[in-house]
Amino acid sequence: MNNHFARNSARHLSVVRQSRRAIMPVLVGAMLFLQSAGTGELAAQIAVRGKMVYTMAGEPIADGVVLVIDGKISAVGPASQVPVPDGYQILTAEVVTPGLIDAHATAGLSGIYNQAHDQDQLDKSGAIQPELRALDAVNIREELVGYLRGFGITTFHTGNSTGELVSGQTMIAKTIGSTIEDAMLVETAAIIATLGPRAVRTSGSPGTRSKQMAMLRQELIKARDYSEKLAGKAAAESTGGAESAESAGKPDDKSPPSRDLRMEALARVLNGEVPLMITANKAQDIATALRLAEEFKFRLWLDGASESYLMVEEIKEAGVPVFLHPTMTRSVGEYENMSFETASKLVAAGITVTMQSGFEGYVPKTRVVLFEAAVAAANGLTFNQALATITSDAARVLGIADRVGTLEVGKDADLALYDGDPFEYTSHCIGVIINGQIVAQEAR
Amino acid sequence: MHRRFLLVCGMAGLASALVAAAFPTGVSCASGQETIAFVGARIIPVDGPEIDQGVLLVGNGKVLSVGPVGQAEIPANARNVDATGKVIMPGLICTHSHIGGGSGADSSNPIQPDVRVYDSINVRDSGFKRALAGGLTTLNIMPGSGHLLSGQTVYVKLRKAETIDDLMIRAGDGWIMGGMKMANGTNSMREDGGAFPGTRGKSAALVRQHYIKAREYRDKIARADGDPAKMPDRDIGLEAMLEVFQKRRVVHHHTHRHDDIMTVLRLAVENDFRVVLHHVSDGWKVADKIAAAGVPCSIIVLDSPGGKLEALDVSFKTGGILEKAGVLVGFHTDDYITDSRFFFRSAALAVRAGMTREGALRALTINGATMLDLNDRTGSLLPGKDADFIILDGDPLSVYSKVLETWVEGNRVFDRNDPADRIYAVGGYGAGHDQDPYFCCFHELMMQQLGISSGND
Repeated sequence: MNNHFARNSARHLSVVRQSRRAIMPVLVGAMLFLQSAGTGELAAQIAVRGKMVYTMAGEPIADGVVLVIDGKISAVGPASQVPVPDGYQILTAEVVTPGLIDAHATAGLSGIYNQAHDQDQLDKSGAIQPELRALDAVNIREELVGYLRGFGITTFHTGNSTGELVSGQTMIAKTIGSTIEDAMLVETAAIIATLGPRAVRTSGSPGTRSKQMAMLRQELIKARDYSEKLAGKAAAESTGGAESAESAGKPDDKSPPSRDLRMEALARVLNGEVPLMITANKAQDIATALRLAEEFKFRLWLDGASESYLMVEEIKEAGVPVFLHPTMTRSVGEYENMSFETASKLVAAGITVTMQSGFEGYVPKTRVVLFEAAVAAANGLTFNQALATITSDAARVLGIADRVGTLEVGKDADLALYDGDPFEYTSHCIGVIINGQIVAQEAR
Repeated sequence: MHRRFLLVCGMAGLASALVAAAFPTGVSCASGQETIAFVGARIIPVDGPEIDQGVLLVGNGKVLSVGPVGQAEIPANARNVDATGKVIMPGLICTHSHIGGGSGADSSNPIQPDVRVYDSINVRDSGFKRALAGGLTTLNIMPGSGHLLSGQTVYVKLRKAETIDDLMIRAGDGWIMGGMKMANGTNSMREDGGAFPGTRGKSAALVRQHYIKAREYRDKIARADGDPAKMPDRDIGLEAMLEVFQKRRVVHHHTHRHDDIMTVLRLAVENDFRVVLHHVSDGWKVADKIAAAGVPCSIIVLDSPGGKLEALDVSFKTGGILEKAGVLVGFHTDDYITDSRFFFRSAALAVRAGMTREGALRALTINGATMLDLNDRTGSLLPGKDADFIILDGDPLSVYSKVLETWVEGNRVFDRNDPADRIYAVGGYGAGHDQDPYFCCFHELMMQQLGISSGND
């Protein structure tokens, strides 16, 4: 076990060393001392020039330039209109895209070793545990996170995995940082629920689909009561009187509920602050998820959705985005009816689709959204639509479009550079920039 | 009901009106005798240079000729098929697959050469249809890696089949061709001990003792010199080992870590067996040693490293490094580990990391055939070889390319234009029915994520 630990540490060190190596020429070349960006490293002035720049905020720009200063994008446009000032380090590529977004991962909680000590994505001690924060479990230096980063993934939505009825919370972070606080964009992005066989327990509850729904409904009703009691207490305090509290009725209502992390978390779902991300693959489970959202009026993110092509009208009507299962997921179990064309069918209907690396229990230990989107691009999505599933659309659905997802002035300088069509197997990611720092330059 | 009927026809090749409708030019499910000229395609014969605009002539289930348009002779009785803009190349050969839900050894013993995987395969498994959609025409179907020796593998052609016998490849003397599956490293070790090894040292010792016993059996038979009284009692496991000693039955050896790879090479020398190394995650670390031993490698390409301790250093670059060292390289899907529809992707990712394009295409075809002793009959488009080929709509290494048709021994066995076949190429409702995925040694987490209870082994 000490071997594993030593190896782990060594790898983390090498990641840090690598990023320092990448930064050094920038500093020497620019001869500038710049203020630090999010990850504590020094930022630089960089100009990225691409034969084709996909800003994802308008038409792609042929021979485009993106200027970066202090971790933010300061200019975007054709090279003819955006001159590169002196002192900028210039990077060139065939294709430049916004840094990619993995819309649903567990990397950072699930580690490369697949041993108990690096698998924090699912606590099985209870069926309903929305209070489990991702923040407390993410290892931002996890090797798999660095692996994803190497392919151009700069932001990921990660956290507790599917597999229990309500397994916990997720968060959104950049794919680099000395601590998770450095990398964090959103502390609580969603609460994760699972319908169907993956969250059916072999002993105890829920043991059936119907019981799953009954338990979810009961828990949400409890959380609503909890919220109302808190609101009643707050109202009583603001009107300043024991009188009004007394007039509220039953003796129980006089005492405010003691603080309950579980109820607090679900209350945030009910008040619309945090979405409930429900993994539902079979058509009947998707219908159940929509029924639950309709009853409790929460924001629903539909995850997995392998049979969503059967439910296009219903999903569209509900205005729900789909976090599609990895397109290359194995077609057994809940995925036996999966289709490579699901993304294109949903997008054609006007439903927003994002791509995910998901959770992998064996090999490969993580998937790569660049590759998953490529399969969608080869099966009905246009290049731009497929790229949107891992950039602009993902940012919009995740509520982080003010920071990432497009190449626009004022946004975080997160860019991915490729030596050809990024979706082609034989192209390489040749540069990754996060918050204005070059974090990878090795061809991957 | 209707859907089910289509599926059965597609699998079993029942002559029917529906099938005739799917082959409007009059080719029936069971043709293969017809002479057909595919004209105008870019042809990648694998043995020989690529031809920009070529003619592939097939008849009697064989390749008759390959040549450039204008030079190739097309007999008057041949049916011409316009293949302009298409790419034609040999059918792909997967040297390591678990399609059909086959099983091998049970939990009674770590070494079981007596079991045959072909006694357990469901030929109606939808995995076979997906394999055809991926352009595969020949497979080595293996038992798993949860044993030091988990049984006899079977080499199959993806013909239309009603039983496994329809798929088997037989040698000239009728022998059912196949290898012997072995494994080392963690998959074949058990913490609870019993008959199974708990360490790598014990694993090797058990294998060495087994080979000693098998040699004694062989020697006893030799000494008996045909005298029934002196013959040892018949032992079907040791009988299969005789085929290993005769070098007829090749050992297909699962191995990941660099030290485990070296152990296989050591045991192969000591026990004089022919071996193909499989997976070979750490192969790039000992490429020169593998090359020096002259042992071929069938590698797996995975999207990311890890998932098991032995696969921490699995890399896209393995194929290129082994190729450069002079090792005969093939690929495998390990289906269900990777889906057969993405077999080209394995080669393309190897090219991404430094393998030559030519080497990668050979690794998908003729090199695999060589590892299965089938290179005289498949794996390239040489005249006289079986007409096992595929038609694509673009470059084989591009993500955007699709396999349009797959032909085995002159019969079209997959047609992307036929809805009954297309569903297996892209998926959809009903695509996964009739399958029996193979689950030996998968991590429990994996089954859970697929929505399958762990009791469903």
